[in-house]
This record gives sequence, structure tokens and C-alpha cells, in this order.
Amino acid sequence: MIGRGAMAEYKMAAENLELYYGNRHVLNNISVGIREKAVTALIGPSGCGKSSFLRCLNRMNDMAEGVSIQGRILLDGEDIYDARTDVTKLRRRVGMVFQQPVPFPMSVYDNVAYGPRIHGIRNRQRLDRIVEEALTGAAIWDEVKDRLGKSALGLSGGQKQRLCIARALAVEPEVILMDEPTSALDPAASFKVEELVRSLKQRYTVVIVTHNMRQAARISDYAVFFLAGEVVEQGVTDSIFTYPADRRTGDYIRGRYG
Amino acid sequence: MTEESLYSRRKRPFETAAAAAVYLASALSAVIFIGITGYVFIKGTGAISWKFLTSVSDPLKRTDGIAGNIINTVYIVGLTLAAAVPAGVGAAVYLNEYAGCGRAAALVNFAAETLSGLPSVIFGLFGMVFFGETLGLGYSLLSGALTLTFMVLPLIMSNTREALRSVPEGYRYGALGLGASRWRMIRTLVLPAAMPGILGGVVLAVGRIVGESAALLFTAGSSRFLPRLSGDLMADLGELGKKVMGSGGTLAVELYLQIQNGNYRAAFATACVLMAALMCLNLVFRAFGRMKKMLTAG
Repeated sequence: MIGRGAMAEYKMAAENLELYYGNRHVLNNISVGIREKAVTALIGPSGCGKSSFLRCLNRMNDMAEGVSIQGRILLDGEDIYDARTDVTKLRRRVGMVFQQPVPFPMSVYDNVAYGPRIHGIRNRQRLDRIVEEALTGAAIWDEVKDRLGKSALGLSGGQKQRLCIARALAVEPEVILMDEPTSALDPAASFKVEELVRSLKQRYTVVIVTHNMRQAARISDYAVFFLAGEVVEQGVTDSIFTYPADRRTGDYIRGRYG
Repeated sequence: MTEESLYSRRKRPFETAAAAAVYLASALSAVIFIGITGYVFIKGTGAISWKFLTSVSDPLKRTDGIAGNIINTVYIVGLTLAAAVPAGVGAAVYLNEYAGCGRAAALVNFAAETLSGLPSVIFGLFGMVFFGETLGLGYSLLSGALTLTFMVLPLIMSNTREALRSVPEGYRYGALGLGASRWRMIRTLVLPAAMPGILGGVVLAVGRIVGESAALLFTAGSSRFLPRLSGDLMADLGELGKKVMGSGGTLAVELYLQIQNGNYRAAFATACVLMAALMCLNLVFRAFGRMKKMLTAG
């Protein structure tokens, strides 16, 4: 599907990836390219492996019980599963936003500053600047600038998700992984997060898992269709949605699978 | 078809009887609590005086005093917690955050559950032989505290595990996803979030330590001497340190001996002091819990 010579144009690429949870074969021979400064949507029915694949991209699967992985995932040509890989550094470059927005039980400011502090930034002025930039980048600065010192647990659901995005932005990642970031939000809050995702691609490479086909069509440039642990089709979102090459892709997009 | 009218409420004797039974059962526990504490306080407060709290019993002058026992109790609580809290919390963190759900974790769990059900006199027997004789600590506060460490370790461990389990997974994923190391995640998010539950376990442990007599009688002994302080700081610190290796009876041990000697007047007074201390501990813990809630909810 992806020729070896073509790898260079991708920010991240999976090559012949196999993922097992114990005896369960979750991902089967996955080869996927992720283009830089674009939004790539991972779509497919529940249990197809798209979220598992997403978690492979910054090794969040490492913690799960009985995981084994074969194949390679490259970030700028380096294998993230290589024994020499520093996982902390990897996760700094490849950040993640989860389905359930869970701010840490601390102030808005400390939530955003948590990541930079891990990576050794102590200088108050520098932290102030990073926090403001991250919150502005996540389109929530105006709503929280007067309550930076207050607990983040008092925010609304949509605000919490944008705060979690700001938290991820604050470590200045190159790639942002999003696991159904709007599925726990109401339509108005979802809309704001979608707007945000579209603006993020100017600076970041975004990979987003979504169940919502309209959302995928609205916000993504590229799409990868997963079915039963395999990649059925990948390419430019518009062409996949208009002229799917595989019958199963068309069936799913038109709503024939759960 | 005719519907039966709604207004035909039948009497349900079993419902009434069951409600009455559970009501009585709960009333009974309240009555027992109020009865015992009330009785002890009424019988005990009369014998409590400034002298009782600040002097040591003198068989020659036939006076009672529990100052030495109060100090011994503080020692035992402090020493036991100093050993049991790091060990118990550490074990729980290992089992919950590092070990996964393997064989070792199951074994430790089984051991902890069994230990927590063991009668305390068995700990006393073990402590006397192992710490007292084998390690040569004799009758000493240290020997008693180490024995109680074994006794309250499972309590602190299981409470800490419970608290760790209730920490939202989102904290862990969120922190690791930002590149935090496992220990940093535990230190900055998991332990602070679990702190109220951990402290709850510590308070229960203090309650058991303060109330324990059987396990201490054979290990820490029953001495009631006050440390001899001279006013010279270094010498006094040395004296207070040396006390760890000496025998000392806690309030509960003294209470046991007072009852054995038929000195009921002093026994009720000692019981009063014990109960008041435990109640204060509970109140402080509750106040702390409320404060914590107020701070994080804002």
C-alpha cells in the first residue's frame, strides 16, 4: 500500500503492524501513513481497532496487560518501538487527548503547566507565557484568563476538553492524537472543539478517531477506514467519501455497520 | 372489565414488622454506644484531675497518675506509624501501580487479609519471642511498636489500595500521555488524590494502636516511668531517644492492669481519657476531610 520510498513524505508511518492483547489479534498487518500538518481521521465500527492503533502511536498500549506488538511505527523515520527509544521524549513529541476530558484536580494554570514542568521548565515567566499560548491555542484563553488560579474541576464539559487540549499543546508536541474528543460533549461544545481541530493543523499533525462520519468529512484531510483489525482503505477524505474504492467502505460511510 | 379502585390499601403485617425490626436494630446500636460512653464518662470524669493527668502512680502514697502512660502511648503511636505507614503505603502502591494483577499480588493480598483477621495476642506472642528474645530488644517500646507494625500493616495497606483504586484512570493516562514517568505520576497525582483514603486508614490504625493491650503487654511491658529531663537540650534528646529501648505501658495496658488490680476508680478515669483521645482524633480527621473537599471542589 505504501512504498518504502514514499515513507519520507509521512510524519508518522506504521509498517506491517501486528497488535495482540493476550491471544486476541487486534490489529492485522497495518500499514498507514500520517501526513504532516494535516488532519487524518481514523474511522470504522466499534471494536475495529482504530483506538488501539491510535494508542500505538505514542505507546500508550505499553501499560496494558499482555500486549505484544510486531512491525514498526516510524516518527520522522525513527522506530518508536526501538529499544533505544525514550518514551518520555516520544510522548512529548506525540501528545494525546482522550475521549473523557479529565482535568487534574488542581488549578487551570497548574493543569496546563504540568507537562512543561515534567520537562524541566521552572522559570515562572516562561511558564506564564507557555500557559497563555497553550490556552489561546486551544481557544479557551478568554473563558479562563480570570480564573487561572481556580480549580479546573469547576469548568463545563466542553471547557474541560479544550483545557485538556491546551494541556497537550503546552509541551509543544509535533503530533496530536485525539481519541473521540467530542463524543462526551454536547453539540455546541463539539462544534467548538471541531473548529479548534481544524485550526490546529496549521502547526500540528493531527490524528483523530471518530465515530461521526459527518465530523470526519468536516474536519479531516485524510481518512483511514478500519474494519475488524485491518485497514480497508486510506486516502484523501473527499475521494474516500465520494468514490470509495472498496464496497465495504461505502457501506460503512452510508451507515450499514454499527 | 372493571378496574379495582386505588383506595383499597391492604395492611401488610410483614412490611410493618420488618420495618420495626430494622428500626429497633439501628436504635439498639445507638443506645449501646451512648450507654457505654455515657457510663464510662460519668464514672470516670470524677477521678480525672490535673494531678491524675500529670503524675505517675505511686503505690506508697496510693495515688494514681497516667502521665507516663500517655507519653508511652505517644511513643508507640509515633514509632509504629513511622514504620507501618511507609511500608503499608509503599506495598499498596507497588501492588496497585506496578505489579498488575499477577500471582505475587494475589499472594500478598491473601497474606494481608489473613493477617488482619489474626487475634492480637498472637502478634504479642510472636513479638515477644522474635523481637524480645531473638533480636534481643527485650521489653521495650521499640519491640512493642515493631509488633504493632505487623498488626496494622495490612490495615494501612488495604485502605491505601482501596484509595488508589478510586483514583480516576484519566489522571494516570493524562499524566503518562504528557510524558510523565510512572513515579512522577504517582507522586504528583495519584498519591495526592488518594490522600483522604490513606489518612482514613492511618486513623483506623491509630485507633487500633491506642486500643491495643494484649500485643503490647508481652512486648512493650507496663513500666510507667517519666523520662528524667534536666533542661539541657542535648542530654534531654538523648534521654528521650534512650526511652525507645526501655519498657513502657500504654494507656490501654495500664487500663488492663488497673482492672486486674481492682482499681476501678482509676480504670474508669483512664478509659475516659482513652475514649476522649479517640473521639478527638476522629473529629480532627473529619474536619480535615471537609476542608480538603472544600479546597478541591471550588
